[in-house]
Amino acid sequence: MWMLEIPPFVPFFIGAVIAAFTRGRLRGLVMVLIPVLSAIHLWTVPDGSHLQFAFLSYELIPYRVDKLSLMFGYVFHIAAFIAIIYALHVRDTVQQVAALMYAGSGLGAVFSGDLLSLFVFWELLAFTSVFLIWARRTQKAYTAGMRYLIIQVISGLLLLVGALFYAAENGTLAFGYIGLQGIAGWLIFIAFGIKCAFPFAHNWLTDAYPEATVTGTVFLSAFTSKVAVYSLARAYPGTELLIYIGAAMTCFPIFFAVIENDLRRVLAYSLINQVGFMVVGIGIGTALAINGAVSHAFNDVIFKGLLFMSMGAVLHMTGRINGSDLGGLYKTMPKTTILCIVGAASISAFPLFSGFVSKSMVMSAALENGHNWVWLMLLFASAGVFHHAGIKIPYFAFFAHDSGIRASDPPSNMLIAMFIAAALCVGIGVYPAALYSLLPYDTGYNPYDATHVLAQTQLLFFSALAFVWLNLKNLYPPELRSTNIDVEWTYRRVLPAVWQGTVAMSQQIYGVFSQSVNRVFTLTTNYLAHKNAKISGLLSDKHPAGSMVLWVVVILASYLLLTFIK
Amino acid sequence: MANKKQYIFDNPKNVKRLLTVFYVLCALLLLLDFVIERNVYHPWENLWGFYPIYGFVGCVVLVFVAKWMRTFLMRPEDYYEKLEEARFQKDQQLTKGDNNVDA
Repeated sequence: MWMLEIPPFVPFFIGAVIAAFTRGRLRGLVMVLIPVLSAIHLWTVPDGSHLQFAFLSYELIPYRVDKLSLMFGYVFHIAAFIAIIYALHVRDTVQQVAALMYAGSGLGAVFSGDLLSLFVFWELLAFTSVFLIWARRTQKAYTAGMRYLIIQVISGLLLLVGALFYAAENGTLAFGYIGLQGIAGWLIFIAFGIKCAFPFAHNWLTDAYPEATVTGTVFLSAFTSKVAVYSLARAYPGTELLIYIGAAMTCFPIFFAVIENDLRRVLAYSLINQVGFMVVGIGIGTALAINGAVSHAFNDVIFKGLLFMSMGAVLHMTGRINGSDLGGLYKTMPKTTILCIVGAASISAFPLFSGFVSKSMVMSAALENGHNWVWLMLLFASAGVFHHAGIKIPYFAFFAHDSGIRASDPPSNMLIAMFIAAALCVGIGVYPAALYSLLPYDTGYNPYDATHVLAQTQLLFFSALAFVWLNLKNLYPPELRSTNIDVEWTYRRVLPAVWQGTVAMSQQIYGVFSQSVNRVFTLTTNYLAHKNAKISGLLSDKHPAGSMVLWVVVILASYLLLTFIK
Repeated sequence: MANKKQYIFDNPKNVKRLLTVFYVLCALLLLLDFVIERNVYHPWENLWGFYPIYGFVGCVVLVFVAKWMRTFLMRPEDYYEKLEEARFQKDQQLTKGDNNVDA
């Protein structure tokens, strides 16, 4: 039973070391085997704490297994497996090692039973994933990665300070329900919120993910934000504030997504929108809502990964990702087109696709608990997500006007990875019982009643009708080469400008000040010198040493004369 | 190499066919409202065509608001890069200047 004590992050970290020293097929084999073996091992592990030791009078539990952490543990294994297959053709050792370390850190975080272990993996997530951005090796990716790293580290520091306060307040570091009490509760909440891309703290995501490498973005989309969702679900279930934060998260990104040109950035905005649904579910906090949030996180990892993979395939094969440059790719990339549409249908929550069976739980919970306005916002966001992720992504990439690009389907490892993800999307949608059996609570929920299916299908079809109508009337905003300013404007434009202005102004002030001080100083010294010259007259001439000698000679000569007089 | 092959949606007839099927499906879904007995949680859901109308109007509003947002959010594509690259190049020139005999 020695196997029990191996936490899932260990095989991934060992794999990362092996990947650093192997090349070619051997490395590919090792990388594919690691999530498979680790998942088989995880399947056999019973609930409970499997690793704990004392540290400075606190008990640390780096490996704790329960239904909530297992759910995320399973989906992280699936995500790692799919993304590793997708990235098999990559020869860049930095990326492969960083990817394995990153997946391992995500797993470490969700199985952490105390706040200190959580902090360690929280920071590891940041430091390993940033290499997936820098590996693009462009100036843009470098600066975006820097901003990403700074924000992630700030989140980690807040978590650490919050954990210290928590230990002081409660005498324990155990990671369980925290709630918004005291300074520790708020600090940790903000730390989670930054990683969860709460409004105003969301821009690191839309800034960095589209700048990462083709395969790096697939990894990035799976772990960081879902670790934050897991942490919120563990520490803040039933916190009412989360309902409103989540509702805002579902709505505001869709406006940005509609006018965004970079299709991977559209997906980044829609990632925030999907996380919003999970945050609402956690905020409601009933068994059904938590189930909805967790299962939606599970499904989102897979369908968002599939969408990022399909757009990555487009970028990989055409070198372009802007909606304004693409179009008509269905002609030569039919497989990618179909797989992308499966992902689009899943994120839009079409019946028989995975999004439907999880999102509807959150919606039902919102209604059952009397959050009517929130429910309306979620309904609007559901229509909106179909609009930008369900229609816009496939339409502008694969259909729309013919861009004249004739790229073929991507290499087979990429296609296989996308196919696995698509199969899971359909499988979970058709047979949700498999997913439901893993959930933390047993609610006996059935998504496939006639009312539900009809309502959702009507909503989606008429959203599509709106798209068709706007397009035929030429009212739909065209894809334009542009940047849309967002909150990041404050720290990418205003702060640098203010900083430069302050530096320039302080330099000017310093110049004026030092000049005037200099002038006063010269005037004073001149004035004193002048006075001095007047007083001293003959004795202090311009050559004091010479004149002194002269006067000494004069005095001595006078003495000499006086001796003669006697 | 010109690709003269005709693909499925190059023929406007096929696009028309697809749209017709889509319109028919929309109409059918609307009519199903009369057929299927709903068990609803909320009184608004009982309004005739609540979901279709909400979806359609919601999306039109979404697009118009987003379009209007472009008037004050849209900047040139290199909006940030111009500033950031200028700073970067200045830095690089400085380091060059230090080792440069001409400096």
